[in-house]
Amino acid sequence: MSEQFEFTADNVEKANAFIARYPEGRQRSAVMPLLDLAQRQNGGWLPDGAVETIAGILGMAPIRVLEVATFYSMYKLAPVGKHRINVCTTTPCWLRGSDEVVHACKTSLGIEIGETTADGEFTLAEVECAGACVNAPVVEIGDEYYEDVDAESMTRIIEALKRGEKPDPGSQIGRQTSAPEGGPQVLTGDVTVKQTKSGKAKE
Amino acid sequence: MLADKDRIFTNLYGLHDWGLEGARARGDWDGTKEILARGRDAIVDEIKASGLRGRGGAGFPTGLKWSFMPKESDGRVHYLIVNADEGEPGTCKDRDIIRHDPHKLIEGCLIAGFAMGAETAYIYIRGEFHHEANVLEIAIQQARDAGLLGDDACGSGWRFDIHVHRGAGAYICGEETALIESLEGKKGQPRLKPPFPAASGLYGCPSTVNNVESIAVVPTIMRRGASWFAGLGRENNTGTKLFCISGHVNKPCNVEEEMSIPLKELIEKHAGGVRGGWENLLAVIPGGSSVPCLPSTICNDVLMDFDSLKDARSGLGTAAVIVMDKSTDIVRAITRLAQFYKHESCGQCTPCREGTGWMWRIMERLATGEANVEEIDMLEEVSRQVEGHTICALGDAAAWPIQGLIRHFRPELERRILDRQVGGAAAAE
Repeated sequence: MSEQFEFTADNVEKANAFIARYPEGRQRSAVMPLLDLAQRQNGGWLPDGAVETIAGILGMAPIRVLEVATFYSMYKLAPVGKHRINVCTTTPCWLRGSDEVVHACKTSLGIEIGETTADGEFTLAEVECAGACVNAPVVEIGDEYYEDVDAESMTRIIEALKRGEKPDPGSQIGRQTSAPEGGPQVLTGDVTVKQTKSGKAKE
Repeated sequence: MLADKDRIFTNLYGLHDWGLEGARARGDWDGTKEILARGRDAIVDEIKASGLRGRGGAGFPTGLKWSFMPKESDGRVHYLIVNADEGEPGTCKDRDIIRHDPHKLIEGCLIAGFAMGAETAYIYIRGEFHHEANVLEIAIQQARDAGLLGDDACGSGWRFDIHVHRGAGAYICGEETALIESLEGKKGQPRLKPPFPAASGLYGCPSTVNNVESIAVVPTIMRRGASWFAGLGRENNTGTKLFCISGHVNKPCNVEEEMSIPLKELIEKHAGGVRGGWENLLAVIPGGSSVPCLPSTICNDVLMDFDSLKDARSGLGTAAVIVMDKSTDIVRAITRLAQFYKHESCGQCTPCREGTGWMWRIMERLATGEANVEEIDMLEEVSRQVEGHTICALGDAAAWPIQGLIRHFRPELERRILDRQVGGAAAAE
């Protein structure tokens, strides 16, 4: 009926380690890590067979696994491109120009939001708050966050990916993580503390 | 400005080693055994005395929350659950704690877990924070290897371990009972309360869910004392706080500051000021997307704390400050938030499932002026029917930004409608 799916030997081991994080009889708690594991093994999406295999491993009805797989936005139930470009367009990113970033993606890739390029290389999506708002606009590509992006740097990133390169993630304008542009204005001195037996840090 | 010596998160920007060695050099894991030796009640009392209020948005007193856990086990195990499902638009502070100061969180888990009789903690981290989760897993393993966690954590005689659970892209799982459902392997749909998690939470066992920042400040409070923490900020609004300043400022950033710092000072000292100067300010959302926006007149002197912002009919929320200058289409900005809540509603309660869609669609028309003036009142009415009529606070969170817009920017909404009507009439002639 549906595509077969089996975990690789490596991933069987990983799946067992996930299951061991939860109390005995509560193995169902591992459904999310197992779905993620299956999705990673299968090129970024979940075939029906994965849902059934996971249901079998965890002793769940397949519908309960499918329910979880459809509820959370990071699980994909249909094939996706090799590079998944997720542009955050929620208000903090929008205020900093995410519309231009989306436009740059569409232009460079020749696709609309929700589409995959014909060669199967890129899928473009719009996502809700990525949780890196002081480095807006933010774009997730696979497991990486690209921050402080604008139309120009976005185009550069996509062109690099097309050439098979792995562009450096993080701030695209050279910021130190969430510190203000130009460098931190606080915590610029020595942050180590002298330790005492009383357990109180000396000032 | 808060002095560096009073900052808790001394590696906020990741300039130093986040690993165990670096953490110890910054004072983490110092005297943890002695802290635990003071006993459960002493720890809870110290946190109560510090005035610490939850840093995840609701601002409930942390020590009091801990005291709701049963003193003795009735045979069920106790759980500490850390909410690292950070996703409230504007908010990105827990990410920095996890990737740059994970040992503060881990040590905090041990102290908090011990104080509530929990031998296990789960840290629920949003799925998109892939590298952050990896850092956390490594840091936890470092703590296990050093005997700081395990059968005899820190030589205290207390058994304690921590597990990481990765989410998969659902804002609603930041709601504590939805998070518990998700941890149990189900859809993240909030539970009716009561029973509260302290009575029946994860797997039906007594559980407490705390925000990352709330737990990560605990070790420092225990080392430096409740009076140090309580001496910062104002009464009932104590301590330091991580602020996230985004939007139309010259230098967006995260910064740890003293609670109750004036909003204007926060923006001007740390974020390089409003783009185009303070006079160019239109509005600020002071506590993440769920709280009502404030027009510039109120921003001039409001303080960044729970009570001051409540008095201004907004809220401190997660202390995520979203700044909008006069170039902003404020109606569009709030419409985007309405779209966010429509997307993130779990669909369980009808007023939220349907109401977030209604509100978004009316907002879309208000943004272009394709509406009637009466619909502004209708929108307000819909928002009142969603607010308070749902299992969890997502309905409220969807209603408040819209109510704030109507309260402070009604003339702008009316102007768009009239412009469109006048424009339409002119075109018809």
